[in-house]
Amino acid sequence: MTTTTASTPAVADDEPGRPQDTGDPFDRDVLPTPPGATAGLLRSLLAPMKARVALTTLLLLLQQAAVQTGPLLVAYALDTAVPAFRDHRHGPLFAVAAGYLLCALASGALQIAFIETSARVSQDVLLDLRGRIFRHAQALSVDFHERYTSGRLISRSTTDVESLRELLNEGLQELVTVVLSFVYISAMLLWLDLGLGAVAVASFVPLYLLVRLYQRRAGRVFRARSTAIAAVIVKFVETMNGIRPVRAFRRETANEADFAALNRRHERTNGDALLEMARYVVGSRLVANTAVAAIVLWGAHRVATGSLELGVLAAAVLYLRRLYDPIDRLGMFLNSYQSAAASLEKIAGLLAQTPSVPEPTAPKELPPLAGEFPGREVVFDGVRFAYRTGGEVLPRFGLTLPAGQTVAVVGSTGAGKSTLAKLLARFYDPSDGRVLLDGVDLRELSMSELRRGVVMVTQEAFLFSGTVADNIAIGRPDATREEIERAAKAIGAHEFISALPDGYDTDVRKRGGRISAGQRQLVAFARALLADPAVLILDEATSSLDIPGERAVQRAMSTVLRGRTAVVIAHRLSTVEIADRVLVMEHGRIVEDGRPDELIAGTGRFADLHRAWRDSLA
Amino acid sequence: MPTTRATADRSAARTLLRLWPYVRPVRARLLTAASVAVVASCTGLVIPLVLKWLVDGPVADRDPAGVWLGALYLLLLGIVEAVLFGIRRWLVARPLSHVEAEMRAGLYRHLQRLPVAFHDRWASGQLLSRGTTDLMLVRMFLAFPLTFLLVNGVTILVGLVIMLMQDWALGLVILGPALPVMWTCVVFERRYAEVARRAQDQVGDLTTLVEESVLGIRIVKGFGRHRSQARAFRALAGRLRGTELRKARLLAVIWGVIVTLPEVAIGAALVLGTVRVADGDLSAGTLVAFLSTALALRWPVDSIGFLLAMSQEAATATERYFEVMDEAPEEPRTGDAPAGTATAPADAPAAAGLRFENVRFRYPDAPPGSAPLLARVDLHVRPGESMALVGATGSGKTTLTALVPRLHEVTSGRITLDGVDIRAMSREELRTRVAVAFEEPTLFSASVGENVLMGAPDGAGKPELDRALGIAQADFAHALPQGTDTRVGEQGLSLSGGQRQRLALARAVVGRPEFLVLDDPLSALDVHTEAAVEAALRRVLADTTALIVAHRPSTVLLADRVALLSGGRIAAVGTHQELLRHNAEYAHLMSGAQEDSR
Repeated sequence: MTTTTASTPAVADDEPGRPQDTGDPFDRDVLPTPPGATAGLLRSLLAPMKARVALTTLLLLLQQAAVQTGPLLVAYALDTAVPAFRDHRHGPLFAVAAGYLLCALASGALQIAFIETSARVSQDVLLDLRGRIFRHAQALSVDFHERYTSGRLISRSTTDVESLRELLNEGLQELVTVVLSFVYISAMLLWLDLGLGAVAVASFVPLYLLVRLYQRRAGRVFRARSTAIAAVIVKFVETMNGIRPVRAFRRETANEADFAALNRRHERTNGDALLEMARYVVGSRLVANTAVAAIVLWGAHRVATGSLELGVLAAAVLYLRRLYDPIDRLGMFLNSYQSAAASLEKIAGLLAQTPSVPEPTAPKELPPLAGEFPGREVVFDGVRFAYRTGGEVLPRFGLTLPAGQTVAVVGSTGAGKSTLAKLLARFYDPSDGRVLLDGVDLRELSMSELRRGVVMVTQEAFLFSGTVADNIAIGRPDATREEIERAAKAIGAHEFISALPDGYDTDVRKRGGRISAGQRQLVAFARALLADPAVLILDEATSSLDIPGERAVQRAMSTVLRGRTAVVIAHRLSTVEIADRVLVMEHGRIVEDGRPDELIAGTGRFADLHRAWRDSLA
Repeated sequence: MPTTRATADRSAARTLLRLWPYVRPVRARLLTAASVAVVASCTGLVIPLVLKWLVDGPVADRDPAGVWLGALYLLLLGIVEAVLFGIRRWLVARPLSHVEAEMRAGLYRHLQRLPVAFHDRWASGQLLSRGTTDLMLVRMFLAFPLTFLLVNGVTILVGLVIMLMQDWALGLVILGPALPVMWTCVVFERRYAEVARRAQDQVGDLTTLVEESVLGIRIVKGFGRHRSQARAFRALAGRLRGTELRKARLLAVIWGVIVTLPEVAIGAALVLGTVRVADGDLSAGTLVAFLSTALALRWPVDSIGFLLAMSQEAATATERYFEVMDEAPEEPRTGDAPAGTATAPADAPAAAGLRFENVRFRYPDAPPGSAPLLARVDLHVRPGESMALVGATGSGKTTLTALVPRLHEVTSGRITLDGVDIRAMSREELRTRVAVAFEEPTLFSASVGENVLMGAPDGAGKPELDRALGIAQADFAHALPQGTDTRVGEQGLSLSGGQRQRLALARAVVGRPEFLVLDDPLSALDVHTEAAVEAALRRVLADTTALIVAHRPSTVLLADRVALLSGGRIAAVGTHQELLRHNAEYAHLMSGAQEDSR
């Protein structure tokens, strides 16, 4: 050990441009995004909306046409209606009045129609994207979640989606309006007067260069900002979820310092982004106002020398004002585009992660049950497991668990018991070999088929918000209240649930704050009973129960497990009393395998363990 | 539930005023920026006047020199306008991000000091959405609507004055739609507020769902429930979509009104103006300038719709923010502890150690009329003694331990450390003297070493760390990829339950606390490890006053005496053997034998 002091604070890790001390993309919140994935994601989101996108564009096209007719009518009024009126011909004036009224009404109505249709498009895109992130996150394997913190996932599906929402809500309208009015107005100007129009069009060149420059610079800033806010969120979530230890260990001040550093970094990048925008606005305004002055100079000159009509100049000037008006809005669009692009890139990076435990493309079904019992045979066929990050956990082994057998797995912490269970539950896939359920490789089963086959109860009994009944019903969503209560009764949870303020309908609030760890484990058990699987895995599932509770669970198990295949991992050897067979694991290997009474009578490790456990009960 | 608070009867303006304390430090900048923007915007309005002068003067007079001069004026005005707008943005960029950051830091600070009971009640997703999305809305409000409602208001006024000065009849025509537009805005504001609030709450709920399905991923996967989770998510996201669409419809209507009415007025002014130009009452230049001004006011008028919408959302965001900020934090000390007890002699043997006197506790949000969880707890843990706390599942053991570091406050009665009421000392002091290991061993995103040393006074280093790891049998930490510098992820997920539990235990003992509270600290350990931890813990416990929640005889044997918690009281105190012999409930709890006497 060379380093004893605290490592560099988390803040420095994400600083763009700084050398990284670790190459792990997870640490830096930059999952590799395959080239083109971001654009591809955007395309695939918009593809189903093609028709409606076309409709919104059409609406906007018509709306802009209505809006941009105004100055043309002004030119007509000045150059035609005024002289006509002097000649007592009122027709042209009426035409101006009717035309203007029509345009005003049309632009209003079209505006309403446009906002509604475009809102529908953008909301549908967001719904789709939110759903995709959610489903993908759920499909990714447990080892991904162990490395990609929940705060980051939350930031992907909240702030990152939010920036796309901004782009879709305001940005797209801005873009289309801007592009359309550029096209319209340029056309109008060219039509009114080729020379003046040409000057206006020429001014687009510096504007384009400016936009490009801004885009490049802002892109960098926005990516940094998106990373910065994700770091803020991670810290925030972690603190709120661990508020008890935070309090008990007086972490408040230290946390504030950490948070302040992250928050400041976000503040800095945020300020950078706003400044970048300021630069752009000054530049674009300068170009625009210079162009206006130049066109007016030339136009006025020509009117003065008689080669241009006054009305044409007036209309041209009015159009020019409008031409450059949307430049700020173009800036806003670029703003939201950049920030959305940065976010989309991260989302695309997340979506590009392939689940290491993928669902099969052509799923097989489990064969019909052979006997009257629900149990199925489990075979580990030449299985070897190593984490992707390296480090072999389970060397190659073979193991057969006959249908209906209850197997206890014991061994010290880190012996590989949980890994064995996770392979059977298909939280991981083996590096080599196969895990078979009634002869079918787990990898060939669809998720729903697999969960009818194998269910795992872990020691961390997480409760979702909702009622106690909802939480039990996770085991089988279509279960009736009677079935839920029966499961709770079988496991000895009914008593405490009935004593809750609203019984089964009690809201567990935030992650079961008021339900003790032992009670949560009982709920988790009831959930598993309700699921009624062929193979049940219990990983330390009774660790927080008191002894009577554990006994009650065991009594329930001995009836519930009858005919089912069960793998029970427990430190408390009391579990062994219900087991038909015991596996002792050490350093990833199965070192003993036999009937409990045989092993206890022997001189092996299990006999040792059992003696130690008996002593501990004294 | 916090998500469904009524939004009736409150004005957006009053809510937004609450932002003042945060805006105050940057008020000078903000005010300067607004003034600059007003000037810049009015500069834009002068441009049509120059045009008028140009059309009626040099152009009509065929004076090329005058045309050059006019164009030069235009250019200068244009440069001034551009630079002023730039200055405005430059002025507010840093200060506004600072305001946002300050508000976020304030929220974080406040949340860390709110009672644990508050956190039990609020999903962290709702808190997070307040700290992110809502604050972004507030920052955007300060950046745009706040400035531009003022700037555009002034611009519109100045523009109207200019138009009235040029020709009051035409000006009045333009003014016509003002009243209906304002009325629409008022009606709109009220309706939009409601929908905006609903949308923001739904975002919070969605965040909660995302968070839970990530934190509970093993259960979702273990039961193959990702489809039903996805369905629940879809339903919630679908509701949010519906609300957003309602928002859009409201927005569409106000936009429609704001776009149509002024345009109709401009059309009327054009017709009237044309007639008067034809009659020779009005110069062509005046009409051009007039219409040019009217069109220059288009953006300020059009923008009112979305500026109001943004303000409304910001008001809702502010309201949500202050919902949390208005919650009272834990007070530094309660002060209702009798003064005499605070100075009680620490050497009096009756008072020394950890003492619960007539402690009664019920959760503040428990339904009224329900029985208190702890009815009357009297317990004395003598100095240096370790006391095991045994009770049936759900009997309140964990709650009782949470009272000692004041994670919850006793409802009545008192808890004393060496005779001093815990409410008479600062939480800082109390929590320095009392170390805790929770049944749920939460680790933070930091290195193993940092996680453990959290429990130690400042300046503790490797020797303390190694000692604590040794006691907790957590030497596996040295074998991690980077030893004790290995970062354990959020919630320490990459470690097994047993490993996390041992690190949490190490954290509790590293500071050699006077008082140690352990909540079922060995539940996830295997028998051998448990025995080793127990042997090491015994040495620590020899001179520590400890309260240990225990489920098993092996853990109970760590303690000198055992207290049985039952029915909200301490039903019995004695040694393990005594209670095993004389107390049926205890025997039942420890052996699991079916006792009739329950």
